Amino acid sequence: MRRPGTSNVIIRRRRRELVVGAILLVLFVLLPLPIGNTYLRGLIVLTLLYAGLSQGWNILGGYCGQISLGHALYFGIGAYTSAMLFTVLGVPPTLGMFAGGILAGLAALLVGWPCFRLSGHYYAIATLVVGMTALLLVQNWDFVNAAMGITIPFRADSWSDLEFRVAVLPFHYVMLAYAAVAWLIAWVVEGSRWGFYWRAVKDDATAARSLAVRVFPSKMAAAAISGFITGVGGALYSQYVGFIDPDSTLGLSLSVLIALPAVVGGVGTLWGPLLGAAVLIPVQQLSIAWLGSAGNGIDLMIYGMLIIALALARPQGLVSLLGVRSQAGGEVAESA
Amino acid sequence: MPDAILQVRSVSKSFGSVAANVEITFDVARGEILGLIGPNGAGKSSLFNSIAGADTPDKGDILLEGRRISGLGPVACTRLGIGRTFQVVRSFDSMTVLENVMVGAFARVTRARHAMARALEVIEFCGLAGRADVPAHALTPPEKRRLEVARALATQPRILLLDEMLTGLTPTEAQAGMQLVRDVRARGVTIVMVEHVMEVLLPLIDRAVVLHLGRKLREGSPQDMVRDPEVIRAYLGERYVA
Repeated sequence: MRRPGTSNVIIRRRRRELVVGAILLVLFVLLPLPIGNTYLRGLIVLTLLYAGLSQGWNILGGYCGQISLGHALYFGIGAYTSAMLFTVLGVPPTLGMFAGGILAGLAALLVGWPCFRLSGHYYAIATLVVGMTALLLVQNWDFVNAAMGITIPFRADSWSDLEFRVAVLPFHYVMLAYAAVAWLIAWVVEGSRWGFYWRAVKDDATAARSLAVRVFPSKMAAAAISGFITGVGGALYSQYVGFIDPDSTLGLSLSVLIALPAVVGGVGTLWGPLLGAAVLIPVQQLSIAWLGSAGNGIDLMIYGMLIIALALARPQGLVSLLGVRSQAGGEVAESA
Repeated sequence: MPDAILQVRSVSKSFGSVAANVEITFDVARGEILGLIGPNGAGKSSLFNSIAGADTPDKGDILLEGRRISGLGPVACTRLGIGRTFQVVRSFDSMTVLENVMVGAFARVTRARHAMARALEVIEFCGLAGRADVPAHALTPPEKRRLEVARALATQPRILLLDEMLTGLTPTEAQAGMQLVRDVRARGVTIVMVEHVMEVLLPLIDRAVVLHLGRKLREGSPQDMVRDPEVIRAYLGERYVA
């Protein structure tokens, strides 16, 4: 007998998601222990980073249906803010990443202010243009070393500075925490009023308005959270790699790479970004390793073919293979 | 009217050179079921959209409980107590029935738990109890109409605007739909229904406002309306006037 006033389906699904999330977290904590190979460990670090980044993208692009092709902007703002604060003022990146995340969230609001008045394709194109403009500006901005980039100086092994002589294993846990927190944020907002409003806005903004959903503020909230998560990821990346330049932190290909795991894994789903990153990032990295990234571009061709194959076989995303409810898929592709 | 919950005062609305509504005035009494009827192109939908806040009238005022609501926009109108359905159903198709209705419930509560409790109550009231966890796109057409009503009811309206809710249903489905409308009214919600098929509405409504070519043609009891030569002329043409 069902207790009046509760739905077992939604509550049970959300509880199950938490349990699966906790099990995955434990598995990922233990995962590097049997793996001695530094290259493989590095692969997992990147996968976790992109799982978190794409989870952030998914909040705006997936749940709310505002396809952004400029998320590298928020990544770059996070990376540069943290790097500049650290190299110029000595602010520890554990603080700098929040500064970067907040600035990135503000930037997302700034982009959203004019652009959310555009619909469909026009929003995506506007974010693309904004992202590429930012790349050009930073390439010519001497204060942040223009196209030369910034090298993060190594001072000492330190968790507060996120600097390690051998970085791969500590960063496994840093990126795992990042991906886990991004996942948890997505889980929380998915079950909240914002989450419902975002999905309503994506499905039918007119109907949403008739139910007192304030469409523009809803999109702005999604943008701010999305930008924040992406910005924090940028800051962590800059500490992990130790060097940032405009092309690697603000380029269009990065914007695409942030969006792809969510798209391939399942747009607007909780597990999509994680699943997509777990498939895409290893394939991308391994094809670079085996075929070389210099010039011939075969790795990109393989990557592209994989995406086309996945899109044809599973337009709802990989999550649909697991029997997990996929909320959007086709609809987002159509409304984009 | 002594106890008017909604007052439409000289409302005019044009789209380009087309005058959709011209100087329309009428009241809606608290607790009644009012039919807004007229042949195609009479201006029902544009008046409906003005009341729901989706459009702003060019001239005139619409007052809810004496408070001006025209031009406030759909969000404010819903907050103030106007619920609406759409002629062409607009369900959130990636969401379940329960989730659809919860979106409406969030107009009054912040916490998901409370929204869920409220939504489940409304879903049961609308006869969709067994369908709460079904995706909205999997519903049958009459179920989708019910979902529209449930979603709007979840916002706790004082007036519910129903846009051609009964059109296109089979007689049995229409009967069930009419019972739902009566049940909603019994909850204390005033109802304004737009229909262009008059005979479906007659047994249901307390009063009718007939629009024709953008103007108010007649207002009165449904029995009087069907006998009125002007109304018959508007609907059927000159040769049917007895």
